[in-house]
This record gives sequence, C-alpha cells and structure tokens, in this order.
Amino acid sequence: MIEVLVKSVIQLILLLLVAPLITGIIRTLKARLQTRRGPDIVQPYRDILKLLRKGMVIPNTASWIFSATPYIVFGTAALVGLMIPMTATDAPLSLFGGVLAVVYLLALGRFFLALGGLDTGSSFGGLGSSREMTISAIAEPAMMLAIFTVALSANSTNLSEMARSAVSQSWRFLAPSQILAFSGLFIVLIAETGRIPVDNPATHLELTMIHEAMLLEYSGPYLALIEWGASIKQLVLMTLLVNTFFPFGLSSSWMVSGLSLGLVFYLLKLFLLACCIVLVETTNAKLRLFRVPELLAVAFILGALALISTFLF
Amino acid sequence: MNQIPVSQAFLSGLTLYAAAGLVGLIGARQRNLVRIVACAFSALGAVLEGVASFAVIRDAHETIISIPSGTFFLPYTFRLDPLSCYFNLALAVVGLAISIYSFGYLKSFDSKKPVGVFCFFYSLLLISLTAVFTAANAVLFLIAWELMALAAYFLVSFDHEKDETRRAGILFFIMSHAGTGALLVAFLLLGTWAGSFDFSAFHLASQTLTTMQRGSLFLLFFLGFGVKAGMIPVHVWLPAAHPAAPSNVSALMSAILIKTGIYGILRIAFDFLGIPPLWWGLVVLAAGTVSAVLGVLYALIEPDLKRMLAYSTIENAGIILMTLGGAMVFRSYDRPVLAAIALAACLFHIFNHAVFKSLLFLSAGAVVHATETRNMERMGGLIRRMPLTALCFLVGAISISGLPPLNGFVSEWLSYQALLGGFGSTLSLTRIVFPIAGSLLALTGALAAACFVRAFGIGFLALPRSSQATQAHETHPSMLAGMGALAALCIALGLGATLWLPILDPLVVQLVNTKVSGSLVLAGSLVLSSGSPKGGTVAPAALAGLLVLLTLLPGLLLAFWRRRRRTVSGPTWDCGLPGLTEDNEYTATAFSKPLRMIFAAFYQPRREIQTEFEVSAYYPTSIRFESGVEPAFETHLYTPLKDRILTRAGRLRTIQAGSIHAYLTYIFITLVVLLLFGVRS
Repeated sequence: MIEVLVKSVIQLILLLLVAPLITGIIRTLKARLQTRRGPDIVQPYRDILKLLRKGMVIPNTASWIFSATPYIVFGTAALVGLMIPMTATDAPLSLFGGVLAVVYLLALGRFFLALGGLDTGSSFGGLGSSREMTISAIAEPAMMLAIFTVALSANSTNLSEMARSAVSQSWRFLAPSQILAFSGLFIVLIAETGRIPVDNPATHLELTMIHEAMLLEYSGPYLALIEWGASIKQLVLMTLLVNTFFPFGLSSSWMVSGLSLGLVFYLLKLFLLACCIVLVETTNAKLRLFRVPELLAVAFILGALALISTFLF
Repeated sequence: MNQIPVSQAFLSGLTLYAAAGLVGLIGARQRNLVRIVACAFSALGAVLEGVASFAVIRDAHETIISIPSGTFFLPYTFRLDPLSCYFNLALAVVGLAISIYSFGYLKSFDSKKPVGVFCFFYSLLLISLTAVFTAANAVLFLIAWELMALAAYFLVSFDHEKDETRRAGILFFIMSHAGTGALLVAFLLLGTWAGSFDFSAFHLASQTLTTMQRGSLFLLFFLGFGVKAGMIPVHVWLPAAHPAAPSNVSALMSAILIKTGIYGILRIAFDFLGIPPLWWGLVVLAAGTVSAVLGVLYALIEPDLKRMLAYSTIENAGIILMTLGGAMVFRSYDRPVLAAIALAACLFHIFNHAVFKSLLFLSAGAVVHATETRNMERMGGLIRRMPLTALCFLVGAISISGLPPLNGFVSEWLSYQALLGGFGSTLSLTRIVFPIAGSLLALTGALAAACFVRAFGIGFLALPRSSQATQAHETHPSMLAGMGALAALCIALGLGATLWLPILDPLVVQLVNTKVSGSLVLAGSLVLSSGSPKGGTVAPAALAGLLVLLTLLPGLLLAFWRRRRRTVSGPTWDCGLPGLTEDNEYTATAFSKPLRMIFAAFYQPRREIQTEFEVSAYYPTSIRFESGVEPAFETHLYTPLKDRILTRAGRLRTIQAGSIHAYLTYIFITLVVLLLFGVRS
C-alpha cells in the first residue's frame, strides 16, 4: 500500500515535469526545422505558471460543466499516467487498469472537454467538439486493433505485463505484426494529440482548428490545467508507443540505479519519437477534415494487417 | 433473510400487480386516487418480485410454482430458476423505479386522458413480462408473450390522437406478430418432436433431434426473438414505437421488453437446443455486430431525443448479442471458462442496459414534459432550469457511453476481454472474427460517446433554444426520486462490480456449468480480472477514488497557493456581433454533420434548399431547407415486401366477390375436400 503510494507520487511528479518538456522539445525542434528560432524548450512551463497566476473570465452562459471540465481533463490524464510503465516495467497502478482502462479514461476526459466546448454557447466550441468526437470515433477502431495486436502477443491487456513480455523478447519489434501495429498506432497518436496533418496545434484559424476551438473560452488556471492535461495525455500516448514496442532500458525494479538508467533511456526514446513527430509535422500540410478519415482508414488497415500477421507468422 | 418464502413472495407480487391494474380499471373516475394506489401497488409488487427473484438467484435453488386451475386446461406453471429470476430481478428493479416515477408523471397527463386505463395496461405489461420470464411451458409462454404485445400495443398507442402514434402502434403490432408467428411454428415443431410443451421436456429432447431439425428450430427462434430484441434488420418497429409511447412505458419497453428477446435466445441456445454448432454463434455474433454499429449510426443523426434513445437501444441489444454469440462459439469449441466470461459480460450488460436506458428514458420524459418537444434542437440550457434532471441524464450518458468508472464501462470491459480471449480459443481462421468484432465494439463505443455528447451538449447546455425551454422548470419530486435511484444504481453497479459479479455465478453455472466469479474477481474483491491473473485487470472502485483525488488535487493546490485571482463572469465571444443568441449555437444536425459525411455511403443524405428572392440571391426573402437520410431498411426491404404482399392480397380479392352464391360454393367444396380427406385416413 505504502509502496504503491510512494511509486505513484514519484511517477506523478515525473509525469507532471516531463509532459511540458516534451511539448517544448517538439515546438523547438519544429521551429528549428522550419529555420525559425522558436521558443525556448522551457516555454511551456512558463506558460503554465503564468496562466496559473492569472484571473479568469467565465462565460455567463456556461454551467458547472464548464468549470468541472479542466479538473476532469487533468485528473484523467494524470490517472492514466500512473497506469503506464514509464521508467520501470512495474507501473504503480497497473493492477487497477490496463490498456482498455487507459483508452476509456482518456475518452472520459474527451467527453467532458467536448461538453465544455458546447457549454459556452459559442459556435466555435460546438464546431471543435463535433470534430473532436468525430475524429476520435474513427480513430478508436484503428487504435484498438493495434492495441489488440500487442495485447495478444503479450497475452494480456495489463500494461506492465505487456512491457514485461516485450522486454523478454527484445527483438520482437522486428516482427511484421509489431511493425504494422506500431505504424498504425503512430497515425493514431498524431490524430489523438491533434498534430499536423490532422489538426494544427499552433493555429487559431476557425476553419481548421479542432482541439483549440473547444478551449477558446478557457482562460487562466482552467486553461493551464487543460493544456497541462493535454500534454500529459500526449506523453502517455508516446510512452505507450515507446515502451510497449521498444522496451530498452526499462528497469525491472524500482531501485534508484535502475530507475535513473531507465529515465535516461526513456527520455532518449521520447526524444527520438518526438523527432519523428516533428518530421511528420514539418513535411506535411494539414489535411482537409474530410481527408482525415482516409488517413485513419490506413491506420485501421495497418492494424488489421498486424492482427492477421500475428496469425500467419 | 435466511428463508424467504419464494413462491408466496412471487405470487403476492403478481397479485399486487393485478390489483394495481384492477384498481385502475374500476376507479377510472377517481384520477388521483387511482394514480396513487396503482403506483403504490405496482411498486410494492415489484419489491416482492425482486425479493423472490433475488432469493432464487442467491440460493441457486429452482422453484416450481403451479396454480391449480381447471379453466382452459392450461397448465399455469411457473419455473423460477436463476436465469428466469435474473431477468425478473431486472424487471423488478426497473419496475420499482418506474412505478415511483409514474406517480408524478401520470399527474401531468391531460385531464381527458384515461389514467385508470393506462394503469391497467401498465400492470398487465408488468404481469405478462413476469410471466414471459418465468413460464415453465410453451403454452403459458406464448399466452404471456401475446398479452405482453397486446398491453404494449395499447400503451404505445395511448396518445392515439396523433397519426404518427397510431401508425407506430400498428407497425409494432404487425412486426410483433410476424415474430410470434415464427415462434409459434418453432414451439409447435419442438413440442411435437419432444412430445410435450414443457420446457424441461425440450431440454431432454434436444439430444434426439437431427442437425437439420435443430438448425431450422434455431433459425425460427432466432428470427422470432430477434424481432423483440430489436435486432437489425427486424428492428423497424422499435424506433417508431418507443418514442411514441409515454416515457415511463418507453423506459419499460427499452429496458425490459426488448430483453424478452434476449432471454428467449439465451433459453433456446443454452437450455433447449443443446450444444450449438459453430455457425449459430457466428450468426448471433454477426447480427449483434451489425445491430450495434448501425444502431449507433442511426442514433447519431437523430434530432428526436427519444428516437435517439430507441436507436441506442438497438445498439445495446447488438452489444449484448455480440457477447452472447461469443459465448455460443466458445461453447461449441468446448471452452467453458471463456464461455462463462462471455456470458458474464452479456448478463452484466443486460442488467446495466436496463438500468441506464430506463434512467435516460425517464429523464428524457421529464425533459419532454417540461419543454413540450422531443426535438433536441428546441431544448438547450436545461442544466440551469432542471439541474437534477440534467445530472441524472449526465450519469446515464456517461454510463451508456461505456466510460469509467460507471457500470457501462465494466460490462464493456468484460466484453472486450471475452472477445480478446476468443482469439486464442482456436487455431482456425474463425478466431480473426473476435478482434475484428472487438474493434467494431470500439467504434460503437466511441460513436455512442459522440452521440451522447451531442444529446447532452445540445439538449441541456448553453442557451435555451426555444421559449418553452426558457420556461422549463424542475420536475416532480417523485419523478426525481425514480431517476435518482436508477442513477445511484448506475454508480453502485460500476463501483461495486466485483461484489455484484458473484451474483451471476448461479446463472452461469446453470447455462454452461462453470463458475465465473472465482476467476473474474481477484483477491480483496476490489480488482476485476479477465479470467487469468496476468491477463488484464481493472478496479473500478479504486479508479473512481483515485480519479476524484487527482481531480481535486489541482483545486486544492490552487486554493493553498494564496494569490488574488480575479474571476469575472463575462459574455461568450460572439465575433463582435451584438450579443450571443441561441441562433449562434451549434445545432445537433451540425454536430453530427462530419460523421454524416464520412458515412455518407451508408446514410445517403439528401438535402433540399429553396430560396426565394426578389433582387438578388444574396438577399433572400425566404429560405426553405430540408435534409434527411435514406431509411435504407424501409425503402429497400420493407416497402417492396409490403407492396408485394398487398398485390398478392389484391389478386386474392377476386375470389371474394361478395356474392353469397360463391361463398356457398366455397363452403361446399371445402366440405367435400374435408370429407374425402377424412375417408382416406
């Protein structure tokens, strides 16, 4: 009990600290690749701190749903982060829920975020909610197929078990099914975290935005919580990718030496994945909304092929 | 409560239902008295039925109750086994909540409406549903089945002044009888082959039947029960009938009446017809998957709140059939543990759906009463005017979207585990079916979430969209009590899933002879597992607790970090226009537009715009806009079928010329034929 608590607190702190960092790294790298100087890597921390200090304007049409949403978005993202192995194969709360609980808890956060968008009465909010729910609905089957592939090869939906099974066969990621599943999940990651070519996190142009449109009316600490929650969610999904497919350096215990080595490896893997995301973001243009389903259909087919190839090979 | 006199409780419950109905019929003039007495009696009856059913399930003890009766030579025999009682328990729980709700709801009826008659048919529906679940022979079952359809028909057409309602009632009646026709043939065949109409004889006879016989029986039963279960493509009555009925009846129909079909399929597949061949399970699984996906797609574009809920019932019936089909496949592969897990998922979802769907229909009823419309485009802003109703609807919406930590999540989680387990169950190509079904279940879940974000967001949030919605007021306390009880149950069944699952043990043992709670509930009875300790686990109660903690954490930190932050209430950004009105809000139709375009191949949306203008098209004097989707099953299946039947019937009309001479000739010919037939044999 105490052990779980200590592990949870450690992982929670790690989660809260690393999440804005990854966002910062992606932004800086992207700027450099576009030959801009771009913001500092620590800019997201400054943003969050600044927003937490500020006052808020709450729309007078909004109900308690609007105010509850930031807390729920933050809470679900943080809870999910405790269920996923970050530096050690044993996630603090892996017993409390596996990958299915992760997917559905994130869906709970999204459910409220979409309601928060609608609650303001502004058409932008509704537009964002509608698009967000649409894209998540068509991303879900692709995501599940890829996840099933990994779960079936590990024979478990428990994330720690999945990581452990990946560690025990460290070259498994070269198997065709794993490569296909990884590609499928990578597309889903792009869609779920609202990145180009699905959504543009840097724009406030009403015709193109999805995630930002829901947040238009949020300000101050509420906005900080939602942005922080979104970056935690992004970190969680990236962690899911790097640790279930490339389990290098995952510590098998919670000893300090193993953990610190694990942390170095973990950050390195995240950095590499961030590079991939940046590369995709800079080399692609944003897709029209109605082209996104085609992209996600590709992810679905990759997932289905991954499943079939576990069957064949 | 060691020894509960099950049969007394069961019969007194039935008597109380009957008393409620008779009070309604006799005291039709005393509107208030009838309402109070009938609702109290049916609530009490539901309590007794619930206690009796719970006792049977807990003790896993089968009770046979016979009413000695010489009339009509009918064997009035009820068999209370765990399976029957589980459905009866769901009926009792939902019935209790609905009866409490009806106390306030019936008050709102127009003074011209016969409340007494309503109470009569409501009680008849409760009695017939109980009898359907507990009948011990085919004759009583079919009688109860017909009574149920009849009572439901009268309740559906209660608002018979509306053309739409009358048509919905007739459609329900016709579809219901088409289904009963299939059942009648099936029961007669099975009765002849088994030599008795007793359900226990059916069970014994299954070994002696040939594969052909069993297969044809299965198809007939599946079709007949599928109509009631709301399975696509025989679902067309459901989205018409459920919204047309008064909301308390819609709740009872969606929550329980469609479950009679599921009960029937469970009964035949696991009791009457022995070990199923592989294809039966695959047929059920496929029908379930199709119903789930198409049901939610239709729900997603429906602006009528109650019709949307009716379509979502089709979706949930589909999810139930998916796990049911899975269990049948596992049984044919002789994988009892997997079959038990799939059944546990199926049975749990049956109960959960009964609870959250009745909750949603009851809240929708309160809203429809307050706003005088079923169209969600004309609601809005109700969370301020009806805060408790809105809260109840929200709980139901989270539950039905399968989001943690409420009950819908737990049964969906179990369904995933059962389907995933199926992948390893065999080496044949069949196993690829399970992950595909699982991913379609994921699609269904995500679409359902979109659908309920839309319903709650458009219907309850932001600004009111009509003058009625502006004047809406919170609903009657008894209606709130009924809804509140169901909402609490949604939470309790989610958080206490590990305590509830052992209740399913007797049923699962009865159906597949394997205990399930031992492998599903892990140590400390807090953690739910997928059957093997390493397979996958979830602890809904712990998740809920931690979620609350982590949700409150930033709030607490912000409170401790003393800093003067100004919170101002201001207008929503309106792009500089003079003030935000309800016309600026996103509509339900707009909300589902992206999905309507993505699934255009299925919806085949059409749109018609007529603009009238005098000077230029940019300054129209009037615009008429109409949009809709192609009702595929109606246009491609039912309309041709109906037309064909009508033409055939038209041809037959020539022999019915209305001439008495012709009729006398027909009688004579028939007599001669019958005589010849009699002589020959």
